[in-house]
Amino acid sequence: MFYREAGQYKKTYSADMAVFPLLQDRVGIAVILLVAAVIIPFFGSNFFISTVMIPFLVFALAAMGLNIVTGYTGLISLGTGAFMGVGAYACYKLTTYFPGVPIIIWIIASGFFSAAVGAIFGLPSLRIKGFYLAVATLAAQFFLEWCFVRIPWLFNYNASGAIEVPTRWIFGIPITGPNATPMTRYYVILGIVVLMTWVASNILHGRIGRSFMAVRDMDIAAELMGIRLLRTKLLAFALSSFYCGVAGATMMFLWYGGGEASDAFNINQSFIILFMVIIGGLGSLIGCFFGAALLHVIPIILKFGLPAIGVPLAGATAEHLNHLLVGGLIIFFLIVEPHGLARLWQITKQKLRTWPFPY
Amino acid sequence: MLYNIFIDPFMQMGAAPDLLVQTIWEGLVAGVLYALIALGFVLIFKASGVFNFAQGIMVVFAGLTLVGLHQKGVPAWLALFLTIGVMGILAMAVERVVLRPLVNQPDIILFMATFGLTFIIIGLGEFIFGGEPKQMIADELGLPQGTMRFDILGGKVIIQKIDVAAAVIASLMIAALALFFQYTRIGRALRAVADSHKAALSVGISLNQIWVIVWFAAGIVALITGIMWGARSDVSFGLQIIALKALPVLILGGFTSVPGAIVGGLIIGVGEKLAEFYWGPLVGGGIENWVAYVIALAFLMVRPQGLFGDKIIERV
Amino acid sequence: MVPAQHIAPGDALLKVENVSLRFGGVKAITDVSFDIKKGEIRAIIGPNGAGKTSMLNVINGFYHPQEGLITYKGATRAKMKPYVAASQGIARTFQNVALFKGMSTLDNIMVGRTLKMKSSFFWQVFRHGPAMQEEIVHRRMVEEIIDFLEIEHIRKVPVGKLPYGLQKRVELGRALAMEPELLLLDEPMAGMNLEEKEDMCRFILDVKEQYGTTIALIEHDMGVVMDLSDRVVVLEYGRKIADGTPDEVKADQAVIDAYLGVAH
Repeated sequence: MFYREAGQYKKTYSADMAVFPLLQDRVGIAVILLVAAVIIPFFGSNFFISTVMIPFLVFALAAMGLNIVTGYTGLISLGTGAFMGVGAYACYKLTTYFPGVPIIIWIIASGFFSAAVGAIFGLPSLRIKGFYLAVATLAAQFFLEWCFVRIPWLFNYNASGAIEVPTRWIFGIPITGPNATPMTRYYVILGIVVLMTWVASNILHGRIGRSFMAVRDMDIAAELMGIRLLRTKLLAFALSSFYCGVAGATMMFLWYGGGEASDAFNINQSFIILFMVIIGGLGSLIGCFFGAALLHVIPIILKFGLPAIGVPLAGATAEHLNHLLVGGLIIFFLIVEPHGLARLWQITKQKLRTWPFPY
Repeated sequence: MLYNIFIDPFMQMGAAPDLLVQTIWEGLVAGVLYALIALGFVLIFKASGVFNFAQGIMVVFAGLTLVGLHQKGVPAWLALFLTIGVMGILAMAVERVVLRPLVNQPDIILFMATFGLTFIIIGLGEFIFGGEPKQMIADELGLPQGTMRFDILGGKVIIQKIDVAAAVIASLMIAALALFFQYTRIGRALRAVADSHKAALSVGISLNQIWVIVWFAAGIVALITGIMWGARSDVSFGLQIIALKALPVLILGGFTSVPGAIVGGLIIGVGEKLAEFYWGPLVGGGIENWVAYVIALAFLMVRPQGLFGDKIIERV
Repeated sequence: MVPAQHIAPGDALLKVENVSLRFGGVKAITDVSFDIKKGEIRAIIGPNGAGKTSMLNVINGFYHPQEGLITYKGATRAKMKPYVAASQGIARTFQNVALFKGMSTLDNIMVGRTLKMKSSFFWQVFRHGPAMQEEIVHRRMVEEIIDFLEIEHIRKVPVGKLPYGLQKRVELGRALAMEPELLLLDEPMAGMNLEEKEDMCRFILDVKEQYGTTIALIEHDMGVVMDLSDRVVVLEYGRKIADGTPDEVKADQAVIDAYLGVAH
């Protein structure tokens, strides 16, 4: 009833090729942006912003990175956590050497470092595919994890062996470090995420995105059509790692505010982000947000929500339940809708289009 | 620098051959365990084309169930039988809940489903038996304890009796499985299913039955691995990282080859122990965690189909 | 490499000389020579397993023959990478449809334009300026192909959901989008009913007429082969047993034996 495309004629190819060809979709995005930029910061508590919103955005960014290589290009990567780590450490080193440069620039720039590392570990993808490649990316995960612990230069020889996030100001406002308010950090992350989502959408809707998907769907045919496999796969790995790297840097600098690599960038993080992508929808940008939201919110509800309504739950038990739930959800989604929440969203839109007379 | 990398380690090996033998033995023992996990993978992959990521976790789960039941006051041997039963139930549940609804889906979907399974098994195991590390009940099961000492090469080599037992049991089991696959009706059906689900169905092979059998067999393999492994260290889900080591073994051996799993396991086991002992100190140690993957990766670049795999001819 | 020359109609666009291809001990192609003239429809026929598809794979660089030379547009080479073949104007369709199943008809055909698209990564990031103009230019060309093949109604449908006959048509469209000089069609009519075959024949003839494309065609339907092709080469067990016009081939004893069997 409210979601109709009737009467919206597309008169040019550029109108037909727009990311949101329908007026209602454009309005919807504007509303979401408005809520994210105005309503949440003013009505959400500090607790809500720092425990729910900031991690959600960071995870969405990381999931976007993984989705580029796994969902769009069809190469399973289990090294997401490590590539995020590269971003975090690169950002740390950069801001240590050049403390005067605004930290936001370094957060984005750190993506290039992890893109380079990602491309190197993507090299085997020319000769191996599928499960074999998945295992090969584990090599990246464990090797990089080892580097984070064993190379003290990376964490500035801190006695704690961890990144200690310094305070950095932009225009006199602390962006990172203990003095930065959740609201400031939230705005910075929101800006980064919105910008990078827009860029991802641009790239994936164009020639490059199409060659990614061609490689995913039928690599031999793609090769015979003139797509260079190695180049395309490496680009996918680099782009993916760029996103993961920025996600890692924001995670360390704007969410954790410091910490050890073994906690933040271990294999489990890689798995969690993979799950977000699966549940959200392989090959869908909006799915990254759905997946990140769902998988981040479940543990929070178990940890804070249940005790709040009077169900006592030990911390360890909550974690076990979380494992059970997440595992169950993954299998549930793969059975019911292998294309994840994003597909459910599309179906809902389709139903809305014909509602209230579906025939 | 080059001396440290290329010459010094071999000098050390020559200077203390007993240490070298000890290290290789340690590697072989670890290798047998890797090979056993890889064997479970291969069984399931051969019969259902499913890359079972949960195999390593099934090992821990089996061990945990055994110990957990014993801690709750069940006699050891009864606990063993009950655990076998639990693995049977697990096999049936997996077939009913995961595999059957996903028939004919792309392999990658099934692969991801086993990730979900991994999480469920971890959650379930910890939920029921608690997350803290446990002691394996090797004594109660009548497994040999203690060590043997051999004086050779001007030094001594210490060998755990349990390791010898592990190697013997593993060999017996592998022989039994090989015979089963090659010479029984079910074995033949298993191989048919591995080649094509649809074709197997069309000649009247019950996929569901085959899957239960093969997951159950993998469960038994997991249980034996769990006991052996648990006897060497504690039983807890912390072992899952080590369980992932079976993956490079698979790469080396090829996903469908039982001999490949064994040889691959031994190569990885010995390779990483030697690397850690002789080259590890050069970079600060701890390289055990990734050297297996790098060995496998280097190998893949040269021979993408694994040690015993057939050459892949791509068709269009 | 010799730079590609201009080939006049009637001259050999592609020459295959003494090509042999083996997989381990299996001989897929043994010492086969033939040529394809510019502007003609050249059929490759033969019983199953005769090495027809392998021959196409050799021509567009997917398989590398152990022996023999291939001359394309006057440049002789022993082997070539698939993307080089593609960039020199060799396009093909596949025996078992090899479309990009997750993508729409439009996107599938757009992929065929990849080689012609040049805008830089920088502009791709913004999807503006040159990148967007390029998209629109190529979209227009793709729409022409869509019109030509009469598949307007399935423009935005994921190809995985299309019936087989339409998939084959989309695949032809994808190959046409590459503006090929040499189009390799691997059983374009396999598994089609009579009507669909007639449609496909019409499209193939139209392609030859409108774009002047040279076509190499593998087909099992003898009626189609005899009607469409200018010349036919017959393979059996990887060897060439006959080469000539449809009528010559039809009368050739070796061909009759290959298809009908020899009385012992």
